[in-house]
Parts: sequence; C-alpha cells; structure tokens
Amino acid sequence: MSPSAWRRGMWAVGAALVLGLGGCASVPEGARAPHDPWEGFNRSVYSFNDAVDGALIKPAAQVYQALLPQPVRSGIGNVLGNLGDAWTSVNLLLQAKPRQALETGMRVVVNTGFGLGGLLDVADEMGLERGPSEDFGQTLGFWGLKSGPYLVLPLLGPSTLRDAGALLLDMPDSGPSLVWKEPRDRNPATVLQLLEARVRLLNAGRVLDEIALDKYVLMRDAYMARRRSLLYDGEPPDDEPAPPPFKRLLKPAGEPPAAPVR
Amino acid sequence: MLRRTWISALAASAVLGAGLLAGPALRAEPVAADTFVRQVSTDVIDAVKADKAIQAGDVGRIRALVDAKVMPYVNFQRMTASAVGPQWRGATPEQQKRMFEEFKTLMVNTYSGALTQVKDQSVVVKPLRAGADAGELVVRTEVRGKGEPIQLDYRLEKAGEGWKIYDVNVGGFWLVEAYRGQFAKDLNAGGLDALIAKLAEKNKSLAAAKS
Repeated sequence: MSPSAWRRGMWAVGAALVLGLGGCASVPEGARAPHDPWEGFNRSVYSFNDAVDGALIKPAAQVYQALLPQPVRSGIGNVLGNLGDAWTSVNLLLQAKPRQALETGMRVVVNTGFGLGGLLDVADEMGLERGPSEDFGQTLGFWGLKSGPYLVLPLLGPSTLRDAGALLLDMPDSGPSLVWKEPRDRNPATVLQLLEARVRLLNAGRVLDEIALDKYVLMRDAYMARRRSLLYDGEPPDDEPAPPPFKRLLKPAGEPPAAPVR
Repeated sequence: MLRRTWISALAASAVLGAGLLAGPALRAEPVAADTFVRQVSTDVIDAVKADKAIQAGDVGRIRALVDAKVMPYVNFQRMTASAVGPQWRGATPEQQKRMFEEFKTLMVNTYSGALTQVKDQSVVVKPLRAGADAGELVVRTEVRGKGEPIQLDYRLEKAGEGWKIYDVNVGGFWLVEAYRGQFAKDLNAGGLDALIAKLAEKNKSLAAAKS
C-alpha cells in the first residue's frame, strides 16, 4: 500500500469507528472504566481481532517460527529493530532529548555501517544498548496532548484516540516504508514485521491466558499503564491528572521527581 | 498486532519478577534494599537456568519452590488486601483466608507459566533514590536480554532487619493494580464470595489443563 492508500484506509477506519460508536450502550453505567467510554465497541473489535489472530496470524507465526532457523530470525529481528531505532531517534529529537536521540542515532549508524545494513547488532556489543522505543503518539503525549479514550483498532490492537491518530504518521513514515519505496518490496517487509512480532507473543499469550480473569480488561489496563509509564520514561507520577512530561525539562537537573511510595 | 510486541517483553519479565521472588533464604542481617534485590535476582535466575524441570513448567516443583522460598519475602497479606480494596476490611476472617488461598494458587500458576521463559536475560539494579533508609521504597531494575530492555520495579517495606516485597511493576504495570482491575467486576456484581468462586473456578480449570 502506498502512503496515500494508508491514509485513505485509516480515514475509512476512522469513519467506521465514529459510526460504530453510536451503538455501544451495552455496558452498564456503573461498571464503566473512566478511560474506556467505548467499551462495548472496543470489546467487539477485540473479539474480531482475537478471531482473526486465532484463525490466521497465530498459525502463520507458528509456521514461520518452525521454518526459519533462529539465526535467520534474529537477523530479521535486528534489521527491523534497526529501522525502529531510526524512528525512535527522530521522536527523541522531537521530544527535545538530544542526548538520547544522538545515542540511538549512533546505534543506527553503527549497525547500518558495520552491521551489514542492520543484520547484526554490533552497536549492542560496543555497549550502545537499545533504549525503550518512542513513537509519534509518545511525542504528542510528551508535549501535553492527552491520550483520550482507549480504542481497540481492527487488526492493530490496543490504542488510544491520540495514539491512533499518530499512527497516520507512524505507519507511512517509519519502519519498512523508510527504506522500501515500492509496495512490492515493502509489503513483504511489513508481513515479516508482523510475523516477527507475533512469534515473540506466542509464549506471552499463554502466560496472559493464565493470569487473566478478563483478558480484555487486562490488555486494556496494561496498555494504558504501559503508555503512561513510557511517556514519563519509566517513572510516572502517582497523581492523576499529572503535569505533562515536558515540564520536567524545565526543572533544574538532578532534582528527582517525588518518590512514588504508596 | 505490532502494537502488542511489548506484551511479550512483559511476559518474559514477569518471569524474572517471579524469579526474584523465588530467591534463596537470606540471613537476617541488615542489608540495603538494592543489595537485597540484586542478590536475590541473580541467585534466582541462576537457579531457574540450572533447573530443567522448572523450565519445563513442572507445577509441583514450582509450587514447592514458591512455598519454601518466595513466601518468606513477600507480604502476601498486604498484596491480597490491596488487590481486593475496601471490601477486604468488611470480610470475615474465613472469607479472607479463602481469598488468600485462591489468590496464592493463581499467582503460583502464573509463575509456573512465566518461569519457563527465563533464558539469557540478566538484571541490572539501578542505584537507590533519596531516602534509602525509609520504611517503604521502590527499587528499580532493568531486565536485559534480546531486544528492548524491560522495566521491572519492586515496592519493598522494611520487615525487621530485612525487606518484604509488596508489589511488582512489569513494564509500567503494577501487579496489584492489575489484579484490582481484574477483580472489580466480580466484586461489584456479587461481592467477595463471587470473586472467590470465580478464582476457584479459574484455578480448577488451570489445574485440569496442566494434568
């Protein structure tokens, strides 16, 4: 798909969401979580995703895992990781974090140059370790844009209104699309990315099944907590609402945020 | 689906959380909180790596390990109480005991899945923040393996000369908060008895699936 086709597709999804949201009063008033006003709709998309995953994506990931030997898969994982690092670096720069942006940028340069185009993660062996990934949704959140309601996207899974909007930029301008301009080359890369991600989830899915009484709620709460934590670089404040992360830039260096002890 | 890649990381380090809890007995001498966490995590990862039966998910073995070596370092009473919330105080001692037992069984089941995931990870304990002699504090660690590092934090409380864990954070998600979300619906609908029944049913189906 070309970027413009992506945008058209996402607009169609957006329109479907708006139409779909009208008809979801199935969740009783008292049981609604404050950040999930669209729970009825979200649950139906969640079931759809679960069904598609069970019927198509998970079996494909199992075949992929069985067919390709581990070194090949880790090479593929490294190439995709390298592309991810490039986009992370851009977003770190947009978040006024020049030091981390430079470090992650160095990883990309080193791995692309000395690691056979990203096939080997030589930067890691040099001590340039990978930090948490950053996407455009986080950049928007960093500058104070609220996440908005939780939203489960068809096929893509957990998101929020803000993060789904940011995807319009993330998808065409990051990952495989940065390198492969022709859809003929890019689509297989996107499929590989999907399979690689899914293989890493094969065991996780089993663990989640065992923890969860209600898997939908677990996925939702985990996603919201995870995104909030990432926004504050792993140290979210206890209070809600909290000042947006960029305010920390204004504090004198070395002053720690309040110790999160309950 | 791409958005869910972090969940695999989450599960992989739930393991190491489990791993940490499964540490060998430490002697009762004053020890800094970060040292406590470092010692125990290293020992546990080594123990799991060396034990093929645990990696294969041998429930009996994991249960024995948890009972002997995890429970002494966890304030499980406190975890159960805060996961249940306000209804805990109104519960009878008998209800509290049943809730405690079912929750514990669920946690052990969770670990048995998670412990099979330990492979080539290592744990880096971050330096303690201000107030290291406080009665309650957070120790931050990072699990390094393939791919992105995973955040794994512990809430510790002082217990005599040592420490007890009363919450674990995997990738930004506190365990107690996770269970509070899971328990809310049943607690609202049918109170603690409904929740206990639900947990018992869940534990039974997990046990059936394993045997």
